[in-house]
Amino acid sequence: MPGRELLGVEGLTKYFPVKKRLFLSRARSFIHAVDDVTFTVHEGEIFGLVGESGCGKTTTGKLLVKLYEPTCGSIHLDGQDVIQIRRGARLREFRRRVQMIFQDPYESLNPRMTIFDIVAEPLAVQGVRSLVEREERVADMLSKVGLTPPETFMFRYPHELSGGQRQRVAIARAMVLGPEFVVADEPTSMLDVSIRAGVMKLLLELREVLNVSYLYITHDLAVARYMCDRLAVMYLGKVVEVGPTEEVIQEPLHPYTRALIAAVPVPDPTYRREPVEIKGDISAPIDPPSYCRFLPRCPIGDVTCESSPHPSLKEVRAGHFVACHRL
Amino acid sequence: MMDRTTYKFEPLWKIRLRLFARSFRKNWGLFWESRIGPLGLFIILGFALFMAAHPILMSTIWDPKVYDPIMGFDPKLVGQHPAPPSWAHPLGTDPIGRDILSQLMWSTRSEFALGITAAVITVTIGTLIGSVCAYFGGLIDMFFMRLADLVMLFPFFALLIVMQSIIPMDLFKLALIMGGLGGFGAITIVLKSQALTVKVKPYIEAAKVAGGGAFHIIRNHIIPNILPISFLYMMFNVTSAIFSEAALSFFGLLDIRMSWGIMLNTAQDAGYLGAFGYYWWLWAPPGAAITLLCFAFYLVGRGLDEIVNPRLRKR
Repeated sequence: MPGRELLGVEGLTKYFPVKKRLFLSRARSFIHAVDDVTFTVHEGEIFGLVGESGCGKTTTGKLLVKLYEPTCGSIHLDGQDVIQIRRGARLREFRRRVQMIFQDPYESLNPRMTIFDIVAEPLAVQGVRSLVEREERVADMLSKVGLTPPETFMFRYPHELSGGQRQRVAIARAMVLGPEFVVADEPTSMLDVSIRAGVMKLLLELREVLNVSYLYITHDLAVARYMCDRLAVMYLGKVVEVGPTEEVIQEPLHPYTRALIAAVPVPDPTYRREPVEIKGDISAPIDPPSYCRFLPRCPIGDVTCESSPHPSLKEVRAGHFVACHRL
Repeated sequence: MMDRTTYKFEPLWKIRLRLFARSFRKNWGLFWESRIGPLGLFIILGFALFMAAHPILMSTIWDPKVYDPIMGFDPKLVGQHPAPPSWAHPLGTDPIGRDILSQLMWSTRSEFALGITAAVITVTIGTLIGSVCAYFGGLIDMFFMRLADLVMLFPFFALLIVMQSIIPMDLFKLALIMGGLGGFGAITIVLKSQALTVKVKPYIEAAKVAGGGAFHIIRNHIIPNILPISFLYMMFNVTSAIFSEAALSFFGLLDIRMSWGIMLNTAQDAGYLGAFGYYWWLWAPPGAAITLLCFAFYLVGRGLDEIVNPRLRKR
């Protein structure tokens, strides 16, 4: 499975300034949305990013597609430095190679554009001048994402389609340029449960047909287990555990991952849930203390954790990394 | 059987035209249901017919020497001007013997031209600046918003009075100046706030990820989504342009030969406005026409409002 390394992220950090003063707004506090995140995605791989809301999953995704500029850190696509790309032909080429699928299919399609215009927009922007070629490629892509026959969908407006159909349009739009890497930001979380599986199957199918890799962002461990080859668990802007999906889910090592997995509902009425051992609530990521982010809620943390900085990822088993002082 | 590659799809413009016709029909239905919108439209149509009838009347039953709105004079009524309404002059004559109805009809054209030109200019400027400010923010936004504050606070009328003393102000120049000034005023703030709600939508981010630049996003995403609001404000702007023209003409500040404001000005100059009830045919027709046309555009605006803001609909 592990092909060549496609995307390498190292020390990726994004701080958002918190405006407090009305005048002279030089921010003093920062939200540490993504803090020193490192991972790699291989060719043809689906790399999952899981965590609670507000842990920096989406920010990471948006950093990877250059919707945000990182505060520091590096992103390499095929060995090429992505952060250096600013504008012009190189940026356009990057856009062709890296695309994103957004969470909300109701908001990610312009209500005043037809499906054809929406799916053809990347082609038009990327300079596919010929109308015939655009029409052919859009029709081809629509039938690939299961909107068949494409002629019946091309000249409708988004509000005439169901949520699942809209998300398929959004997928078609992301795939129409033939990208190598796609950030899928919770593509199924806004959809009805009954059509989620269809969209997920489609994404898996497209990986084979179009040979793309995904960064699959989700908060749903069941979805992550179904979709992802490897998984990274994020907590307050930090990656706390990375490893092969089955290994992370079957044998979670980090106390946060353990708590997450213990919280997954089990379809068995007689199942007795073990008491969740973490305490408190997720804290705000504004100017966090330098020790382990998870320490205030950690069941196994001790004095050494408090006096040392946030732990870095350690390889505990082959390919399975955990950020914890106590392991 | 046709070749698939050449006849796969209908021509795009045909489809677009059909889509446009469909959405137009739907919106027309909503507009019709608003009741007040069609009423305004009928009044405007009435004025248009009124305007179109003038050249026909002039070339058939009206003698140009008598009925010309500017140079006409009825010699049969010498010494009786301003004459009250009669069969020959349904709305009477003015103090220098010209037919009031003819003046009223002739002026309609310039009122339309002025109102619509000024409103189009205002809305074009407002839409462009509003969307640019919303998209870029920062210094550009700051500059135009402060400028809008300034324009809003500025005594418009006094400025126009000063300007007409520098450059002779004809109707077209007035439309340009009013349109321009209006465009930098309150409408930019309204349209910018609309554009801000569009700017944060994920489809803007999607367009960025697709590689769209600022120009592409403003043209293809922001402007189409604020255009209904722009159009709505255009209707309200027609009203204010017509109104300002009437006021300026009334004070004799414009280099225009005839307009509804000038008609009032003529009556005022000759001293007939003081005796309120007596020479009503001098001020009532232009006054009613100004009010009615402004009212009609306002009604159309309200009717459009129901299409643009679904919350206003009754259902």
